[in-house]
Amino acid sequence: MALGMGRRGPTGKPRYSIFALARNALSYHENWQAAWRSPEPKPSYDAIIVGGGGHGLATAYYLASVHGIRNVAVLEKGWIGGGNTGRNTTIIRSNYLWDQSAAIYEHALKLWETMSQELNFNVMFSQRGVITLAHSEHELREMRRRVEAIRLNGIDTEVLTAADIKKLVPIINTDPSIRYPVMGGFIQKRGGTARHDAVAWGYARAADDFGVDIIQNCEVTGFRRGADGAIQGVETSKGFIGAKKVGCVAAGHSAVLSEMAGFKLPIQARPLQALVSEPIKPCIDTVVMSNAVHMYISQSDKGELVFGAGTDSYNSYAQRGSLNIVEHLLAAAVELYPIVSRLRVLRTWGGIVDTCPDASPIISKTPVPGLYFNCGWGTGGFKATPGSGHVFADLVANGQPNAIAAPFSLERFRTGFLVDEHGAAGVAH
Amino acid sequence: MLLIPCPWCGPRDDAEFSYGNEAHIVRPADPSATSDEQWADYLYLRNNPKGPFRERWMHAAGCRRWFNVLRDTNSHEILAVYKVGGTPPAEPTAPAKKESQG
Amino acid sequence: MSDQTNRTPSGGRIDRSRPLTFRFDGNSFHGFAGDTLASALLANDIHLVGRSFKYHRPRGLLGLGSEEPNALIQLARGNRTEPNLRATQIELFDGLDAASQNRWPSLAWDIGAVNSALHRLFPAGFYYKTFMWPASFWRTYEEVIRHAAGLGKAPEGPDPDRYEKIHIHADVLIAGGGPAGLAAALAAGRSGARVILADEQAEFGGSLLGEDDVLIGGAAPAEWVAATIAELQSMPEVTLLLRTTVNGYYDHNYLTAVERVTDHLGAAIPTLPRQRLWKIRAKRVVLATGAIERPLVFRDNDRPGVMLSSAMRGYAVRYGVLAGRRPLIVTGNDDGYRTALALAARHATVAGIVDLRADPSGALVDAARAKGIDILAQHSVVGALGGKRVEAAQVAPMTADGKGLAGAARPIDCDAIAMVGGFNPTVHLFSQSRGKLAWNETLHAFVPNISHEAETSVGGCNGELTVERALKDGIKAGLEAARASGHTARQPAAPKVEEPTLGTHRALWTLPSDKPIGHKGKHFVDFQNDVTAADLMLAAREGYRSVEHVKRYTTTGMGTDQGKTSNVNALAILGDALGKDIPAVGTTTFRPPYTPSTIGVYAGRDHGALFDPVRTTPMDPWHRARVAKVEHVGQWMRAWYYPKPGESFRQAVDREVLAARQGVGILDATTLGKIDVRGKDAAEFLNRVYTNAWLKLGIGRCRYGLMLKDDGMVMDDGVTTRLADDHFHMTTTTGGAAPVLGWLEEFLQTEWPELEVHLTSVTEQWAVASICGPKCRDLLAELCRDIDLTNDAFPFMAMREGTVAGIPARVFRISFTGEMSFEINVPSRYGLALWEALMAAGERHGITPYGTEAMHVLRAEKGFIIVGQETDGSVTPIDLGMDWIVSKTKADFIGKRGLARPDLRDPNRKQLVGLLTEDPNEVLPEGAHLVETLKAAPPMAMLGHVTSSYYSPNAGRSIAMALIKGGHGRKGQALHVPLAGRTVKVTVTDTLFFDPEGSRRDG
Repeated sequence: MALGMGRRGPTGKPRYSIFALARNALSYHENWQAAWRSPEPKPSYDAIIVGGGGHGLATAYYLASVHGIRNVAVLEKGWIGGGNTGRNTTIIRSNYLWDQSAAIYEHALKLWETMSQELNFNVMFSQRGVITLAHSEHELREMRRRVEAIRLNGIDTEVLTAADIKKLVPIINTDPSIRYPVMGGFIQKRGGTARHDAVAWGYARAADDFGVDIIQNCEVTGFRRGADGAIQGVETSKGFIGAKKVGCVAAGHSAVLSEMAGFKLPIQARPLQALVSEPIKPCIDTVVMSNAVHMYISQSDKGELVFGAGTDSYNSYAQRGSLNIVEHLLAAAVELYPIVSRLRVLRTWGGIVDTCPDASPIISKTPVPGLYFNCGWGTGGFKATPGSGHVFADLVANGQPNAIAAPFSLERFRTGFLVDEHGAAGVAH
Repeated sequence: MLLIPCPWCGPRDDAEFSYGNEAHIVRPADPSATSDEQWADYLYLRNNPKGPFRERWMHAAGCRRWFNVLRDTNSHEILAVYKVGGTPPAEPTAPAKKESQG
Repeated sequence: MSDQTNRTPSGGRIDRSRPLTFRFDGNSFHGFAGDTLASALLANDIHLVGRSFKYHRPRGLLGLGSEEPNALIQLARGNRTEPNLRATQIELFDGLDAASQNRWPSLAWDIGAVNSALHRLFPAGFYYKTFMWPASFWRTYEEVIRHAAGLGKAPEGPDPDRYEKIHIHADVLIAGGGPAGLAAALAAGRSGARVILADEQAEFGGSLLGEDDVLIGGAAPAEWVAATIAELQSMPEVTLLLRTTVNGYYDHNYLTAVERVTDHLGAAIPTLPRQRLWKIRAKRVVLATGAIERPLVFRDNDRPGVMLSSAMRGYAVRYGVLAGRRPLIVTGNDDGYRTALALAARHATVAGIVDLRADPSGALVDAARAKGIDILAQHSVVGALGGKRVEAAQVAPMTADGKGLAGAARPIDCDAIAMVGGFNPTVHLFSQSRGKLAWNETLHAFVPNISHEAETSVGGCNGELTVERALKDGIKAGLEAARASGHTARQPAAPKVEEPTLGTHRALWTLPSDKPIGHKGKHFVDFQNDVTAADLMLAAREGYRSVEHVKRYTTTGMGTDQGKTSNVNALAILGDALGKDIPAVGTTTFRPPYTPSTIGVYAGRDHGALFDPVRTTPMDPWHRARVAKVEHVGQWMRAWYYPKPGESFRQAVDREVLAARQGVGILDATTLGKIDVRGKDAAEFLNRVYTNAWLKLGIGRCRYGLMLKDDGMVMDDGVTTRLADDHFHMTTTTGGAAPVLGWLEEFLQTEWPELEVHLTSVTEQWAVASICGPKCRDLLAELCRDIDLTNDAFPFMAMREGTVAGIPARVFRISFTGEMSFEINVPSRYGLALWEALMAAGERHGITPYGTEAMHVLRAEKGFIIVGQETDGSVTPIDLGMDWIVSKTKADFIGKRGLARPDLRDPNRKQLVGLLTEDPNEVLPEGAHLVETLKAAPPMAMLGHVTSSYYSPNAGRSIAMALIKGGHGRKGQALHVPLAGRTVKVTVTDTLFFDPEGSRRDG
């Protein structure tokens, strides 16, 4: 694909390849075009996507590429990819328990597998495998349930013994006498990581190629509705912009937007912290997650160990959390990976995640005709990026959710058919 | 690390507390008289403002009492603390000072 | 040996009477006590100390302290090895063993330097544009990239050292012990306030230690520092912390500081932790963190020997080390003249001062002229020459606007270049605290503007670069902080300061050159990550215009120095490229930690045995003595099964299960949650939280109850007993004890404060031995004379108080096995005695201890659920077939309304059923899924999963329970369980597998 030096996107943007690099090297890289334009907003669009993160940009890209709706604006109050897209620990997997979850995350995973080529932007999707650990009989039982469900959903999964895990992750402590011993686990080999910023940039460049306007530093301050109650457009820091279809994908700020639109969402904004170590030579080749001790780890291509933990308990929009979360995370890290003790924390940061009562997303119509919301991805939204954008584009284009999106409607909170992903990990006896 | 003034024990780190989300959510007196929408509202829908927020905390590692806090969810400033059943303080009329995200 | 050739004959704060030996890349060198590894290397004329991240260019020391981007060192070996330490921050000790990083096979000959030859192919972000073909090859490319990237190496084994934490409250915390911080400490300390003064270096004084042209109170600054420290040490409320970096500023004036306790000693001291994490809550904070010099951006400004001017002067004055014999100074202000004079005073031949300004003047300039130093005003350094060491600089006159050259370049021989690019206040902690910065046009730097916390920035970090201002501001801030924290004090007088007057600064963000930027050589901005001015311009050209985009696209400021020397230069160059002012471009937000901080110090002691508490029952020693296998249940360790020698798991469990129904079995049931419920409204309260009726329960009677959440889903279950009219003993599941107590408390305090009920957790107050089986009454009768145990006197679901084995006891006739059963509760301290008495008396009845596994089998034989196994937060009592316990007559209970929601009445919900396999010996794996229609391969539609599955020796076959869609309507249906590689056929049944009449519980 990348060999096709002469191939161009819909608006004639030159393609990226090693040959393009070599050619541009001759002109001191002074002739590269902007990856996306920075246009002023038009008075109106066929559709507006609020939120220039990975999900929003993907939505715009699929509106243009799949549904042929190209007169689209993505409004971003800061810089694209600056929210949770650029703050998460980039774990990608589709090994979920419930059918509904498996469907959407597997849909996403399949899109990940071709994303770099489709977007002509290397998002460094690295299928290095994701291991989930079990530390007790209870967790082993829950793991077997999940593995069987995953397998029968046709998704790859493999049970691992502690010895298998030690082979794949030599730095892990499999001493059976530790407080939460590694008793086993399972791996999804097709899972892995990707370069988070590249996902936003790649979708932005590809959407721009279709004529989508990406408008940064443009904050939505209100929604305008017609006499019939339907959406007519959005008020922004750059003035009113009209559209009959508005899709909101603004993780962390969904509740603020829904309040502007006059309805509440079953969502709470919580800080989620992550951190990286200084770069070191490769020492861990897969992603390893542990629910019991609340930590996950991988190593970036640059060499940083990337650590993630659970959310802070309280509502916050401050993109910072409490130190005790970091302390607990690192105690767990030393417990499971004793060699990390002498390495150093380089940078910690926080994002704001939308948490839903059932730990599943909302991809839904709203009480406002023409206004759609995609939110509530909690701590796991990054992995869903392409799938979320793909089905949300479908919803915005057609006004009705497709089969994958349907279980995630707001209606479920009234009728009671929740997709309770965290219930399945509960500990009792 | 928030410093939360427990009305019984004094100021303590947030790690000592558990969080109870929005305050003043009243369980309907006659649940059977509520519609499915109203019940969903009680179960799941909470305000989630960016700015002053009346919320509940419980001093789990101390007196184990629930109490209410008026806290700015953006600046993290604690504006008031009051007991369950106490009169909620007025929210500041001016919006809390705006913070840019970095 | 001819070592330390660059050491001046005298001077510096090193102790020349204490020579130290150290190794670098296998070679042995000498230095002195008081050296850093950096100053000692420089003393030995070692300039080449590392290779850069991307191009593997040879690199030397740039800085003097925590800002150093280049000199990253792998220290020590084995399990104590530590990567990526800055040579500038490693205190020299005898036997120190250091190695350079990111090079192979050696620092001088590095294969990776081939990247440098191919540099044109590697502009910023090149990897986003390539490595996409063929699609399946990314993992291969990635492995190559991963191994080329990374810096040092992790240790191979566990950390042998220990870390500790200290929690402390302070009136005033002062970060930084330079002139401003010391003055603040003095002013605050004299008020009697509790003051903590922390500095990251090995001695207090900060910038004062590196200056030789300043007098404080008429004496050398070091004398003022010593006197100040002496006074502070005499104050009982003042804590002085050296080698302590205040690295994190969190909400509500909560800060962390990392103290390196033994690192500088070169050996662990058994009585001391290696490092300490200070966790400080301060009423007021004074930030006195100084300022960091910026490099100048010119072609090949990364050649070893090119250094920050303040660093070159600092090495000379503080350590007695000349970085070059023939240094060239490039300066935008008068500070460069101070460096020139300091070096000249130590017999260096200053090759010249290249001044970016048109008309330098003033005392310092005159002094340099008087020394005969060549001053080239309105000149630029076009580029540095040399490879592993700078050899010359190309110098040319500039146009007045500083954008172009006004004449031909000529080389000036030099062996070092000092760069004076102006100072950036160290605003990292201020920014972490969410303070707002403002751009200062005079300083060409960001300075603190609006505080978010109770904090004041003083001295260099507030943009005050003179010692006089630092002292005055420090005194003022210290005093105000003390007063604000409730102390009274008078203002101390500021000492008189004599110091050179510094003129204006000319900021040129890239020095003009004879070729356009990017066409020849490299103009480095971020040295560690090899980001050049051309990279930043490329990013802007490609539409990466926000600071954060540029950072992420080019990786500028993302190295282990977090951009301490590069951030403002990068902003300025970006601003140039975008045609925007620097403040309009914005600034980045700093995150903790200020400098990289050891993971172990955050973990502290909270790993290993102290990672999480272990809860054991009073009978635990007995279980362990019998080598019971232990199961983790939450924090509890429970006896899982008691294998006899040679027994398999299944054999042991079968034996225990049979014994419990044929003779007498005994289970340690202590871990069940127990809550004492008391108050006049206790019965009413239970009536609201359980699904069934509680108001009429008789005293001394027990009842099983199910608790739901208000969404109708099962939360917990247990038996609760009425001890008195207003007094109940509630039990919960083991894992549910704490959450249920919290849940009940929440309802009592916030929803129903009118109810007079008090809850007390008594889980740990009672030890419980549960005996069951046909002979259990005989056994109990032997040990209990004061309770009539007959069915009539002590019926099922009743409780009696008495003594068992002489121990006061509550005996409950309840059963989780379907057998006749007594749960004997005694005060915990008697738990082991009770157990031993039961075992001794039970011996002739063949008493058999059984563990949690047998308990699971026994209850499953009777179809009893386990919350958390048959339920997962998405299961209602109706789904479980437990309609019988859900009151239809109560007006309300928690969960009632939730159950009435439409989707909870759907007949196709997952419902609990029994399963029997075709082959009675086939035990289904728990977690296996059921399907109606078998397909050759997945995917196939699943009905639900097996929640419990065991071999039941009493039923003589395998039994299982499952939650499947529409299960209650499927009794008798044949379904399939597709396992990996085979399929098991099952029939749907009831969940009752043994003693359907329930006749056994009465013996």
